[in-house]
Amino acid sequence: MADVTMERPVIQTADGVPLKTKLRVTTRNNRLKAFGLVIPLLAFVLIAFIFPIGSMLLRSVDNSLLPSLLPRTAAALQEWDGQGIPDEATFAIFAEEMVAARKARTIGRVATRVNFERSGMRSTFTKSARRLAKVEAGPWKEALIKIDKKWGEQGTWTTLKVLSEPLTLTHYLAALDLKYDDDLSIVSEAEDRQIYVPLFLRTLWVSLGITVLCLLLGYPIAFLMATLPVRISNLLMILVLLPFWTSLLVRTTSWIVMLQTEGVLNDIMVALGLISDESRVQMIYNMTGTVVAMTHILLPFMVLPLYSVMKTISPSYVRAARSLGATPATAFFRVYFPNTIPGIGAGSLLVFILSIGYYITPALVGGRTGQLISNLIAFHMQKSLNWGLAGALGALLLGGVLALYILYNRIVGVDNMKLG
Amino acid sequence: MALPPYAGAGERAWYYGFRFFCGLVFLFLIAPILIIVPLSFNAEPYFTFTPGMLSLSPDAFSLRWYEDIFRNEQWIQAVQNSVIIGVSATIIATALGTLAALGLSRPFMPFRTVIMGLLISPMIVPIIISAAGMYFFYSNVGLAQTYPGLILAHAALGTPFVVITVTATLVGFDHSLTRASASLGASPPTTFFKVIVPLILPGVISGGLFAFITSFDEVVAVLFLSGPAQTTIPRQMWSGIREQISPTILAVATVLICVSIALLATLELLRRRNERMRGIRAA
Amino acid sequence: MTGILPKTSFAVAGAVALSLAAAGAASAADTITVVSWGGAYTKSQVEAYHKPWMAKTGNKINSVDYNGGLAEIKAQVEAGNVTWDAVDLELADVVRGCDEGLLEPIDASILPPSPKGMAAAEDFIEGTLHECGVATILWSTIVAYDDTKFSGKKPTTLADFFDTKTFPGKRGLRKSPKINLEWALMADGVPANKVYETLETDEGRDRAFKKLDSIKDSIVWWEAGAQPPQLLADGEVAITSAYNGRIFNAQVSENKPFVIIWDGQVWDIDLWGIPKGTKNKKAVLEFIKFSTDTQRLADQAKYISYGPARKSSAPLVGKHAETGIDMKPHMPTTPANFETALQNSFEFWADNQDELNERFSAWLAK
Repeated sequence: MADVTMERPVIQTADGVPLKTKLRVTTRNNRLKAFGLVIPLLAFVLIAFIFPIGSMLLRSVDNSLLPSLLPRTAAALQEWDGQGIPDEATFAIFAEEMVAARKARTIGRVATRVNFERSGMRSTFTKSARRLAKVEAGPWKEALIKIDKKWGEQGTWTTLKVLSEPLTLTHYLAALDLKYDDDLSIVSEAEDRQIYVPLFLRTLWVSLGITVLCLLLGYPIAFLMATLPVRISNLLMILVLLPFWTSLLVRTTSWIVMLQTEGVLNDIMVALGLISDESRVQMIYNMTGTVVAMTHILLPFMVLPLYSVMKTISPSYVRAARSLGATPATAFFRVYFPNTIPGIGAGSLLVFILSIGYYITPALVGGRTGQLISNLIAFHMQKSLNWGLAGALGALLLGGVLALYILYNRIVGVDNMKLG
Repeated sequence: MALPPYAGAGERAWYYGFRFFCGLVFLFLIAPILIIVPLSFNAEPYFTFTPGMLSLSPDAFSLRWYEDIFRNEQWIQAVQNSVIIGVSATIIATALGTLAALGLSRPFMPFRTVIMGLLISPMIVPIIISAAGMYFFYSNVGLAQTYPGLILAHAALGTPFVVITVTATLVGFDHSLTRASASLGASPPTTFFKVIVPLILPGVISGGLFAFITSFDEVVAVLFLSGPAQTTIPRQMWSGIREQISPTILAVATVLICVSIALLATLELLRRRNERMRGIRAA
Repeated sequence: MTGILPKTSFAVAGAVALSLAAAGAASAADTITVVSWGGAYTKSQVEAYHKPWMAKTGNKINSVDYNGGLAEIKAQVEAGNVTWDAVDLELADVVRGCDEGLLEPIDASILPPSPKGMAAAEDFIEGTLHECGVATILWSTIVAYDDTKFSGKKPTTLADFFDTKTFPGKRGLRKSPKINLEWALMADGVPANKVYETLETDEGRDRAFKKLDSIKDSIVWWEAGAQPPQLLADGEVAITSAYNGRIFNAQVSENKPFVIIWDGQVWDIDLWGIPKGTKNKKAVLEFIKFSTDTQRLADQAKYISYGPARKSSAPLVGKHAETGIDMKPHMPTTPANFETALQNSFEFWADNQDELNERFSAWLAK
């Protein structure tokens, strides 16, 4: 076989180049051309979007604050074995650096960082630094413990030891409601301080609930539009597309107007005598508000993919089933419904992905109980300024979203995403 | 699906029940948006229908909240900022996105899935994470609280929509048309402008509209990246809703609803044109 | 072949961006950004300070609202991107911001003397000048209710605020542990002068949170000072904590049937602070000097019922600018209002803010 091929004359193009080579060159050129068109956007997205997010996520393991502000203490603590409390030499270095840090006005930053790990340490730090300035000579161990007995506790020092390493897992532990115990083993946070895992779970459940609601509301209207004459269904489509194109903030404002205690819905219920004026229902600034407004906002993302799938299903399938004796229910569930599953998958995944990262609506209408994980990330970004923890929570959320996104890409393909 | 003549009583009840339910869902979709419009003409500073409004007394209605928008410097500035940032971001996003879509639609595109995934990611990554990341990065390079910073951020957030819509237009693109044009003696630029551009234009414009509305409606990146000088309409609404909710917001909302109706109409016209040009009859 | 269209767009976008950047840079030099608490309070500052200053110097002031705290300043300083020039801060935040190197020191000797020639250091009420801040006003957090919501017995004390049985209805509280913990203890029977002592202990904190727990389900949380009068007006709450000046404004300028309970008012001072690294230090110092002179401080009290920080301003306080009513009975410092007043302890809050904030948000999230 091989010999025969060898002896066959090489096919050449008009200019004498072997066809195989020519084809290869053309293919390569085509690939380069295609790639060249994509390069500007790819570079832009990588620089202006992917890289910033990556560098923010790196903050979740960054721990360089203590080593850079109290360098000698950090070095000494890295050597320390973590048993009991450190020796007098370490205390002396620490006391000296504390006083210097107070002068340089960096003590507040150290104290804030330590306080993130061990609540209550901020005042210990600022108080001790203030009083240490007045202590002239050692022994420093005794002096510090006299100022605050926390300096005599092993836990205080193991926390500082953890913070002396340049990289850390503490933010991820905190994001999972875990912490280092006094002896550096990993344990659960106290019951009343566990907030992140329950919030992640709450976010998942709420997103799931919203997805199911969107499906329950969206499926019937998509079905109706797909089966009505085009003229009417186009009109109905406007009712779906108008909310879709209306500003998110406008829609959120409308829900405030609708749902607040002195709002339209409560007024109507009072006017109809369903409830008394005193017992108006609280429907906003809680989870109800979040769920209602988010369902409204995300519903079009469910209806559009469902509709586009349903439109491709020929009505003759169901007619055939009926004529073969199937009841309407059987015809629907055995013939029509299975054909719509790709649309259900596409819509549900999209709604679910969008809702677990939702921020604006819960922030505006969620009140205390309607907050989702994004709101807590914003809280740590803007209020508590615990950027490391924000990074860790963000990385966990992003991980989840990307996993779903890859799934979506596998099942639906981003190319097939329908935008109105 | 019309009710077949052989339908029984049960089926009939089911049919009307179903329609009634669908009616409620459509009401749920549209009522919150429509309710804002009359309330924005409320003469009183309340968010609910006053007895005067219900009895259609002309005194109960006024344009005072609309006048408020035009008298308030902050709103005027917000409108200007939204337009400047939106238009600039749209230009960048549309240019880059269209190019990329042309590349992605070529038959020999290497690593297509991965690249497509990356390019679409700004649409998928939760906005709070994008905004936080951009906040640090843009602060470090001195772009935070500047117009260029916000424009770039919004351009990045808008590109996926352009990529998706233009790619979708190119799916049905008949490559033999370019070959036909070339074989008839057209130079590549002529082919591009006379054949390709008219065909993909609807996709480009609707992608651009998506990018524009993304920027026009975006608040989280603005919260993180804008300084006092770059307040946009959504940013202004955001603080209005959180702090001093005044009926002026309803007036702004009504104006925005009109904007979205205009956009929607444009998009619908484009869709029809696109279908006509590609010889697809309305199904 | 595909290059022409995008190239033009790039050029256009570039030109737009550049011209904008240039415009921004040109106007930045004579514009300062002054940050305050919004609503009626900012309005009083605009009338009393900003407008006369702009008229005098021809400079512009960009007024921005915020909800207190150091977070934004810290974020700006640490990210190296300071855009705020003067910020209206609470005392505890000035102390802390100064400790953490977030604020520029302000030399009190540059401040103008009183009209009678008394040096600023003497003229300002004791404790209202700080290394990093110059006080403008004395203000109070009080409880206010909507008179129409309580037809029978009216609430009169702090304890009534926590009594949801006798006085049903939603309560508004600021979304912060500050003052809420103090009130919880005072309503629970702790005398005002023992409040911070008690809050230093774990038992005291537990006690305060337990008291808050008892009304947690009825609380509507607010963040901006403009919200409480709005919540009352909209009927979202029947009774709420608020800044006294905001309620005054609603009572007088908008004729709302609101009543202030002065019992257990917690008073504090607000100071101008300058974020470290501002690009307009010279202009902003001029603004602070101007706005804290005797006349300007007295002028502000024409618009809102907050007490001026200079002793020499007090006699100049007179009538409300819009309605002409006497301002004195509405001031938090009027003896009848001041009987059970508590001063917000800046030392306590500067030291314990972080841990209590953290505990508070964990408690909220539950």
